[in-house]
Amino acid sequence: MAQTQPKLNPGYGRWTPFWFLAPAVFALLVIGIYPTISALITSFRRYNITRPRDGFPFVGLDNYVNVLSDQTFWQSLGLTARFFLTVLPFELFFGICVALLLHRPGLGILRALARVSLVVPLATTYAVVGLIGRLVFNRDFGIANQFLNAIGVGGLDWLGSTTGAFIAIAVMDIWQWTPFCALIFLAGLSMVPVEIEEAARLETSSKTAMLRHVQLPYLLPGLTAMLILRSADILKLFDMVFVMTRGGPGSATDLVSIYIQRVGFRIFDMGTASAQAILLLIVTIVLSRLYIKLIYKEIE
Amino acid sequence: MMSMTLRRILHGLGLLIVLCFTLFPFYWMVSSSFKDQTDLLASPPVWFFTPTLSNYTDIFADEKVSGAIVNSLVVATLTTALSVILGAPAAYALARFNFRGKSDLWFWFISNRMISPIVLALPVYVLALQLKLLDTHLVLILIYLTFNLPIVVWICTDQFRSIPIELEQAARLDGADQFTIFRKIYVPLGLPGIAVSAIFSFIFSWNELLYALVLTRRNVQTAPVIATSFMSGYELPWGKIMATGTVIVLPVTIFALLVSKHMVRGLTMGATK
Repeated sequence: MAQTQPKLNPGYGRWTPFWFLAPAVFALLVIGIYPTISALITSFRRYNITRPRDGFPFVGLDNYVNVLSDQTFWQSLGLTARFFLTVLPFELFFGICVALLLHRPGLGILRALARVSLVVPLATTYAVVGLIGRLVFNRDFGIANQFLNAIGVGGLDWLGSTTGAFIAIAVMDIWQWTPFCALIFLAGLSMVPVEIEEAARLETSSKTAMLRHVQLPYLLPGLTAMLILRSADILKLFDMVFVMTRGGPGSATDLVSIYIQRVGFRIFDMGTASAQAILLLIVTIVLSRLYIKLIYKEIE
Repeated sequence: MMSMTLRRILHGLGLLIVLCFTLFPFYWMVSSSFKDQTDLLASPPVWFFTPTLSNYTDIFADEKVSGAIVNSLVVATLTTALSVILGAPAAYALARFNFRGKSDLWFWFISNRMISPIVLALPVYVLALQLKLLDTHLVLILIYLTFNLPIVVWICTDQFRSIPIELEQAARLDGADQFTIFRKIYVPLGLPGIAVSAIFSFIFSWNELLYALVLTRRNVQTAPVIATSFMSGYELPWGKIMATGTVIVLPVTIFALLVSKHMVRGLTMGATK
């Protein structure tokens, strides 16, 4: 990040920055803002694509009233929150463990290998993560059930049962995003000045004391970033879950993005779906404001 | 007090567990792609088997799969190129000029990273339907800019800031105008950052599913869409599915390994160095 404020660049015309920015800003206006406004307008209309003969009349706040009184919508939001609260503790805990293992000196090659391997889950196409999940959690020949059978616990119809499906998508999410947390924690750990760490090592041999008093302050900014980014990402989460369960069985894995997608593109009720999307957008904007406020303090 | 050797062994064991944890699903996909149907459905699973290439010959003979990979390549390459062409100049302006509304503009770029694709997918679908742009490369290339431009702007701004401003001042004394300075100083010296941002942009576009699912039909289906389309019917062709998965994931994994040092920066938009 910027060490200092960028020095004022003297002797440029008033409009110079404008010309450099204009193409990108124009593009984002057309592809980002214009559709958003269009969604906002649609959210005030009765707008079902399959019934064009009814026209698309304005209905005021009806869609919002419907959405806010729609049990299923609240359930999907609740489920999304539950998913977040389920996966996050695991991702943070495993993340810090992995980061500490990688931070510890010694075993150079193995450590480097393990660090590089963290990139693999992060880069894996989300849809393919879903495909792997379907294979691993297959009822008849999936490796998860084979493992359970081997240790003497009976197998489970993972993707066919409510709890099973939820656990299965949570496991895949934990697999994919623990490395993310680990890498951020690792970056935090490596920010601790070497002298302080050495001095602390002489003072105490306790790992927990070290973590709490020396390393924790350096981990907190990353932790904030993770909390906000993971919540935004889980509100966005679609690909992996769609491939694995399509939101089912029943509504067991019907996270909010999956639900809105179904209202919009299976029922084609664009009015209601747009109202839901706008509500989701508001939550996201609050989150990103928060992120910017807490993370980019230094940029003005 | 544990002895040093024991600690070392535990450390090594821990690292091995990390390796297994991160690589096992990937390994399982790749190895499954070389199994025939009996080995795939075997219970207990077979760890040692005679590998077969038949899944790969099958999918490459399948025009749908090869066509989808070409579509993915076209879309990801063009949207990446466009993001860099539009984003790099904007990054330069953000890195080196002060102007009113700069921080707002900056925040707006960053916020785009957080927005759920479903928010834009709904209106863009309706607009594309009206403009007859459904099932074209163009609509995907454009909509992917919404997440690619911010990443390019973010990484390039960071990179351009690290270029000594004295170079620019010296060039101005020689009479170079702003655009020449950008082209002759910032583009060549900022090339590492531009390349990293381009790789990220390619990875994100290549991996995208929701927009591709909603905005394409037969002609422009991308590779992730095809991979998921195998998931219907009773007897699933697991070998082909896993072979397609491998073909999709392999190129982006290689790209990601190239930028592994920048991975966190790319995913957090610079929360950590």
